[in-house]
Amino acid sequence: MNSFFEFFRFEGFDPLIEVASSYAADIDGLIWLVLLVVGFWFLVAEGVFFWFILKFRAQPGRRADYIDGKNKKHKRWITVPHLLVLGFDVLIIVVSFNVWYKIKMDLPENPDCHVRVIGQQWAWTFQHAGADCELDTADDIFTVDELHVENNKVYHFELQATDVLHSFSVPVWRIKQDAIPGRSITGWFQPTEIGEFDVQCAEICGFGHSVMAAQVMVEDAETHAAWVAENTPVTEVAEAAVEGSAAAPAPAGMEDR
Amino acid sequence: MVEPAVDLTHGHAHDDHAHHGPQGWLKYLWSTDHKVIAMQYMFTGMFMALVGGFMAYVFRMQLAFPDISVPGWGGVVSMGEYNSLVTNHGTIMIFWVAMPVLLAAFGNYLIPLMVGADDMVFPKINRLSFQVFFVSTIVILASLFVEGGGFAGAWTAYPPLSADATYNLTPLGSTLWVIGVGLEFVAFLLGGINFITTLMNSRAPGMRAFDVPLVVWMIVVASILFMLSVGPLLAGAIMLVFDQTIGTGFYNPATGGDPILWQHLFWFFGHPEVYVVLLPAMGVVIEIITTFARKKVFGYRIVIFTVVATGVLSFFVWAHHQFIAGIDPRMANIFTITTLLISVPIAELCFVYIATLYGGSIRLTTPMLWALAFVAEFLIGGVTGIFLGAAGADIYFHDTYFVLAHFHYTFFPIAIIGTYAAFTYWFPKMFGKMMDDRLGKWHFWLTIIPFNMIFIPLFVLGMGGQHRRISNYSSFSELAGDGFQSVRIFATISLLIMLAAQLIFFYNCWKSWRSGPKAPKNPWKANSLEWTTESPPPHGNWRPDRMPVVYRGPYEYSVPDREEDYWPQNEPDGAPLQVVDPDAGEQGR
Repeated sequence: MNSFFEFFRFEGFDPLIEVASSYAADIDGLIWLVLLVVGFWFLVAEGVFFWFILKFRAQPGRRADYIDGKNKKHKRWITVPHLLVLGFDVLIIVVSFNVWYKIKMDLPENPDCHVRVIGQQWAWTFQHAGADCELDTADDIFTVDELHVENNKVYHFELQATDVLHSFSVPVWRIKQDAIPGRSITGWFQPTEIGEFDVQCAEICGFGHSVMAAQVMVEDAETHAAWVAENTPVTEVAEAAVEGSAAAPAPAGMEDR
Repeated sequence: MVEPAVDLTHGHAHDDHAHHGPQGWLKYLWSTDHKVIAMQYMFTGMFMALVGGFMAYVFRMQLAFPDISVPGWGGVVSMGEYNSLVTNHGTIMIFWVAMPVLLAAFGNYLIPLMVGADDMVFPKINRLSFQVFFVSTIVILASLFVEGGGFAGAWTAYPPLSADATYNLTPLGSTLWVIGVGLEFVAFLLGGINFITTLMNSRAPGMRAFDVPLVVWMIVVASILFMLSVGPLLAGAIMLVFDQTIGTGFYNPATGGDPILWQHLFWFFGHPEVYVVLLPAMGVVIEIITTFARKKVFGYRIVIFTVVATGVLSFFVWAHHQFIAGIDPRMANIFTITTLLISVPIAELCFVYIATLYGGSIRLTTPMLWALAFVAEFLIGGVTGIFLGAAGADIYFHDTYFVLAHFHYTFFPIAIIGTYAAFTYWFPKMFGKMMDDRLGKWHFWLTIIPFNMIFIPLFVLGMGGQHRRISNYSSFSELAGDGFQSVRIFATISLLIMLAAQLIFFYNCWKSWRSGPKAPKNPWKANSLEWTTESPPPHGNWRPDRMPVVYRGPYEYSVPDREEDYWPQNEPDGAPLQVVDPDAGEQGR
């Protein structure tokens, strides 16, 4: 599927930003497909539209035609394009289903690691699983506004909110999911590029929404291991955060409401 | 109900007529004349458009030039003020501009005139409708000035942010916001009753269902959509006020409530609402296109059935606003299907509009330019919606400027282009004067070009990952660069040009109203009934002994073998060159 989408990515022209997760290219491919389909229709419709306006300008002595659109021959000009639109819709729906299924419904089994993301007014708390890759153990590492992940590892995340709605968005990963107080939403990602990227809150969450920014640090295996080792001792900040997240309900499966 | 002819839509006092009821300026306040009520809606809506436009100016200035003192605002726009400005800009432009002007003002003005009635069926309910609307206007304006400032939780008002003052920090503003919006809904429910009943019961003798101009059909279908969809949201709004004021927990998960419930109630109304304002604009546009292309509509019945199909489908697409809101991911598939399917009837309408131009004799007057611009610009709004309707792509685009640019490319053609089209087209009828065409064209180009220069850059910003409702992007390293900032500045400068160009419109209105040439009964040589009475129409619309009788549909332009290229609906057959008309035998039910 990916190679098919690569076809739509023109060299040197890509208004979309960097691709840094395993499924970002799928979303971009879908976007390019839609662009191609609707771009075609858009150009055809606007072209015919402006052509008609130029061609049928009022001229002295010429009278407009009397066409009521009831004639089958005339109607074809509406029904055929309309069936074509329907056909293209089906194509987009099928591709969109595949992308959506892969990202939001098909949770990879046996992830390499877990992380818990907690939104609150107006900061992100990240609970890293630590060396054992299990959440809620003694070696969990808590950080604020800084998520550390290892490149090419498959992560499951549990998304929670303590007060109002937030939305966990990492544009380069093409990931976005609202966080809802009272729920824990599970999803996954697999970073594929090393670097520092923006985490946005994409749902308005009150006064400080504009400054609710965080960073994700995607590190290679050695750097990440070093970071884990350095931060494993539980700090005071982390203790406070453990108390905070204890009130949150147990994680639910992705399909659970 | 029919009173002596009194020129109520006009500024002049005609006190030589003896009539009962309030005198002087009070007659405007308490009038039950549908034309006066239409003007009240129109001018209230236009005033609110100035308020909403001013808000856009302030927050666009903040985005382009962060943390400067904005001229006219009196200081730097704080984060809280920014949130409040974008919230109320959206609320006002949809509920206090698009709906009152397109639906209420033109619905009120056109429906009785176009179906040949002397007034609405329930004139006093009509008056009550405007009065409730006026109160709602005062409430929403007051909410901006109370302690803590206006509501700042986005026009969608998602709880828990909107439900709890400890989160939104606007205890009074948020409650007044909900009450204002709720009252506005009540006003439009009252108005909608009138629209539907008047179409059903007050048509002129001879006017069958398929002789009614499409704009009337579309306004009535829009009213039905509104009335069917608004109930759940009114219930939701009452629960929200209870959550805010008496501490119930309908949307509070800690007490067993659910914040997502509001999103369903809101969007179950919110998506049909798009079609509630779209349909009147599309109706206005087809009236103008047929008149200035001298063409019959390409498939009158196709349009009506398509509009009804769109209306029905619009009730099954709401959750496409919630793809990533935490709903069951399987639901996204269902709503992707329905959302993309709705592109079929909308595309069909666009095809019909384009096909209507074929073989026409097109005159590019100011109203025609606006109508054609509606089609050209709305197409952009339509096709960009496909990106967002496909759930997979929406993961990236949700809550970015791509969404924002998309719905401005639908709402701007609807609420601004559609309104200007209607206003310039019916201005001679409403005010009895012709507008200045040259000024009108200047205004047109200086609005349309900057409009595209505002929102095409915002598509680019959205593709670059810029998310919405952020007052200052300096916290986000990927969005803080000079490239992004120069695009924002470009959009803001375009907005300033567009706002300045509106002065041409107001000057043109004032000048034409004062000293424009007097408008004849039928300046555009159009067919529908409103053009058969005086400009402006008297109270009661026609003289009681000259109420129109209808012989044919409204789009008989350029009928072969007739000398004139139009054929008014009320002109009896038996004109010098008789044409066999299939409708003629069935007049007078």
